[in-house]
Parts: sequence; structure tokens; C-alpha cells
Amino acid sequence: MNNITLRLYIAGETSRSRQAIANLQHICEAEMGADCKIEVVDVLDNPELAEKEKILATPTLIKILPPPLRRIIGDLSQTEKVLVGLDISTGNSTNSEAE
Amino acid sequence: MLFPKDKDQEGKGISKLATGISGFDSIGNGGLPKGRTTLLAGTSGSAKTVFACQFLVAGVENNDEAGVFVTFEESPKEIRRNMLGFGWDIESLEARGKWAFVDASPEPGMDMMITENYDLGALTARIEHAVQKIGAKRAVLDSVGAIFSQFMDAAVVRRELFRISYALKHMKVTALITTERIEEYGDISRFGVEEFVSDNVIILRNVLEEESRRRTLEVLKFRGTTHQKGEFPFSVIPRQGVVVIPLSAMELKQSSSEIRVTSGNSTLDEMCGGGFFRDSVILVSGATGTGKTLMSTQFVGAGAASAERSLLFAFEESREQLIRNAKAWGRNFEEMEQQGLLKVVCEYPEAAGLEDHLIKMRDQIEEFEPDRVVVDSFSALERVSSLKGFREFVIGLTSFIKHKEITGLVTATTSSLLGGTSITEAHISTITDSIILLRYVEMLGEMRRGLTVLKMRGSMHTKDIREFSIDKDGMHIRLPFRNISGILSGNPMRVSPDENDRIEKLFQRETDA
Repeated sequence: MNNITLRLYIAGETSRSRQAIANLQHICEAEMGADCKIEVVDVLDNPELAEKEKILATPTLIKILPPPLRRIIGDLSQTEKVLVGLDISTGNSTNSEAE
Repeated sequence: MLFPKDKDQEGKGISKLATGISGFDSIGNGGLPKGRTTLLAGTSGSAKTVFACQFLVAGVENNDEAGVFVTFEESPKEIRRNMLGFGWDIESLEARGKWAFVDASPEPGMDMMITENYDLGALTARIEHAVQKIGAKRAVLDSVGAIFSQFMDAAVVRRELFRISYALKHMKVTALITTERIEEYGDISRFGVEEFVSDNVIILRNVLEEESRRRTLEVLKFRGTTHQKGEFPFSVIPRQGVVVIPLSAMELKQSSSEIRVTSGNSTLDEMCGGGFFRDSVILVSGATGTGKTLMSTQFVGAGAASAERSLLFAFEESREQLIRNAKAWGRNFEEMEQQGLLKVVCEYPEAAGLEDHLIKMRDQIEEFEPDRVVVDSFSALERVSSLKGFREFVIGLTSFIKHKEITGLVTATTSSLLGGTSITEAHISTITDSIILLRYVEMLGEMRRGLTVLKMRGSMHTKDIREFSIDKDGMHIRLPFRNISGILSGNPMRVSPDENDRIEKLFQRETDA
């Protein structure tokens, strides 16, 4: 399977940030297996990177690999939507919601 | 004093930041509320972005204050290119570290999915970072309507805008947030932004009035501080940007002079009690051919004779016509121009809007620094504007002329040959200091000309209606009309000498008694 690289932009260590990270980790483990690489960027520490990527909202998830580039804004609580948004075929798409 | 109104007292409240936008600071009684966020609302095409850019450019040029421009609509590239027309080189300001963009414009083709539970924390962080990086004192968010259409959840966007304006306040940044309006006279803004950043609101309008566009600026509110009220006309001019015409603010600071200058006709000087006041505006009104242009020619000639510079704005005749006519009366305009004593500016009234004319004329006056200004005629300009716009133009020009301690002579054409008043006259007579009427008088089957000084503010003047004639040397004022009444109303009637004497005696008897 292809390597998957995801970058999650958050703004500070808020409960929403923690929620988004947890949701993303859950989706990766349950749906994409070990191929999934996650980077977390805090825009408060790296505003230049946010400027470069033109990030407005947090949390924002960017799928860097495989192409095409995709962005999902929100706390990633709806697994189905996230999978559709990332456009990654996982083989088993009948999983229950993370909530 | 019981209520001292000193600067310290004001300093404890809200102070103002001079924007450097021409004319705006006097309307804002010093500028924008310092360290606050002001909402700049306007319909599409009302020059919001130009105003916002100018606010930042003027900050760098006048006060060496850096500025952050957050753009939600146009890309930085577009803004850099669009503003070059005003002579603003944003790229070099960026290179000098005086200008920073936060690019929040939508990127075409970006694949984005918006779900639930998000905020605009990244945007806030980027703005804060940009402000800190260049030490910005000014910021602009242009325009927030675009971010509402990008993120569907209006409640989230409103809350975030509130947070951003709070953050800017915390960093002591004076900010402008621009927002769209749908109607010129309706809700303050689309999406109800004003409820969240509502301390200060400025409205830019671009109203279609009698087939021409008229731009106005109104400060709707400055919380906790003062401003001029009402709509003020403004124009957007290449290489200058927004120029606001602060009418009421200009009227306040006029001085008045006791110095007299000659009109170019000694008899008329006598009739006015020794000549015109130096910082006054004189209206010469008359039907076509009564001698208005002659009077302005003499006024210019008299200036040149005493080495005073004149600026002549002609809206009715071409340069060649003016020079030829002046020559016929023995005044050589070309020679005066060569000596630098005269500048003739001929323009079609229709060539520009009245606000643009006013700004151009003010620029010409600033540049040439004349002692005398002539406008021939106001009536020609009246044709190209609404009444309200015309009145504002007259106030704007006359107060500017007076403020500069220049003598102004303006002419107005009456529509009827005999007597009557022009609309121009009715609208500007209270604004001018002196009024001279030129009238045709029909007597015994002959057209003759009459002149009277109707008003001379701050001075005695002759009340007679004098006959005058025009020949190759110019105007010759003679004796008062006798035995005739009703000249000004346009119905001259012969009065027998007996009747005249009888009336005089009647009044004498009354005053004796």
C-alpha cells in the first residue's frame, strides 16, 4: 500500500486540538494501518508555515501524500466524511463512527 | 475655567490617529480612534479598498508606521498591481519591512472540505505574527464579506472577527475592517458585522444622482469621541487616491482681512467703499453680454498692474476667445502669462464631475499661489451637477479661497435679459461676501446697462443703480439712473421728476417728525 502523509494544523493545546488529534489517530489506526504518517503543526509556534500554506481555520488536515492534495477543516469527528474527503481507498469502509 | 478642555483630559479618553488621507482627518476631528477597530462599510465600487490601502501607505509615508494588510478577496498580487495607478509601490514597502500581507484570499482549485467544530485560530495567529514581525501600528482587513462566503457558518466567522478585533486592540493597532453593503441607504452591512466590531463605523457611498455618480463619506459613529456629522463628498483621483472635501471643517478657520484690493475700476472701488476685501469672494451676476467677462478681465488686469498673480478658470470661453476679448479691452493676457502674473485654465464643465473640478482647482491654486482667482462662470458648472452637489462645490471653493487669503471673483449668468435672478445666485448669494448686479435697462426704446452693489459684507457701499457703458478702454460707470424705477425687477418704469421730489419730501417729513 502507498505511504500516506497527513499534516494536521492546530492552534494551541486546546481541547478541540486534542480532540482532533485523537480522532485522526483513531482513523489512521482503524482504517489505514501502519502506512499512515501524521505530522502535527501548532500555528502558534509556526505562523510562518501557516502563512505559506494559507491556513485560515483550525483544525485543518492536509493530505500531502498520496496526491491529490486535500484539505479538511473541522475536528475530524465524522470518520466517514473524513475518509471521503481524503479520497483514500481503505478496503473496509463499513466501519462505525468514531463517536 | 470650570470645564478645562485641554489635551491631557482628552488623552485619558480616546485619542485620534491622523490617517493622512486628504481631508478625512478634519472630518474625524483628528483621524481614526487610535488603537481601535473601525468598520468601513460601502457598496461594491465605493472605493473601500483604495481607502484602506491609502490608510496604510499614508501611515508609512507620514508617520513611518508599518501596516498589515489582510486580504480576503483579491490576491496580494492583484492589489500590488491595482494600487500602482495611485503611485503606491507596495512591493518596495514590503521590501522595506513597512508592509506585510496576510493572504486569506480564496485559492482557485483548492480542494477543501469543511466539516464541524473549527475556528479561525490560524488566521488570528498569522495576523498577530505579521503585526509583531514588522511592528505594525495599522492594520486592514479587506473585505470580510468574502470570508463569510468561504466559511458557511456565519456565527463562527462573527465570533472569530470579534476575537481578531480584540487581539488587534490588545496589540494597540488601529485597524480598518471593510465590509459590503447592499443598498446605499439601508442596513449598515451585510452579515451584520457591525454588531461585533461596532465601536466606530464609516460609510462610503456611491450614489447615482441625476445621471452622475456622487461619492460621499459619512462617519456614522465614533464611540466615546467626536467627529463631523453628515455626508462629505469625496473623489478618487489617479496618483492621489481618496480626497475628501471637508466642507464644514473648512469654514471654521477663516480669518477676515481689512486690506482692500482694487477691482480694476476706480468708480466701482468707490462704490464698494474703497475696493474689495482681500480675502473675500465677490459674485458678479448678470445676463449674457452685460459685461461679466469684462469685469473679470479688468480684475485680472488690475492685479497684474500691481504685480499680483491671478488664476483664471474659464468654463465658457476658449483660451483664444479670452485672449482676443481681453486684447480688445486693452489687456494683454499673453504678456501677463509670460511674466508669470497670470495663468488661464480653460476646461469644459462636462469634462469631469464637480468634485473632481473642485479638487483640480484647489490643486491649481496650491500650485500657482495666486493673489486673485476668477471663475467665469459658476453657472456653467451648475449645469453638470445636482443642486446639492453644486452648493457643496461653491462652499468648498469659496472657503478654500478665503482660507488662502485670496480675492475671488466669480460670475453667474441670469437666465432672463431684464432683471431676474439666476439659480446660481439664489444658492450662492449667502456664501459670497459681495454681490454686484449687472442689468440691462430698457429706456425709451434703447438698451442701456446698469450696475449696483447689492451687498458688501463688513463695509459701507453705494446703494445707487448706476449706468455704465463699455468701449475699447473697458467699463465706464456713470451717474445713477434718475426718474426710473423697477430696474432690478425687470420692469423699469419712468417716474416723473415731480413724483421723485414728492417721495423724497415725504420721507424727509417723516424723519423730521
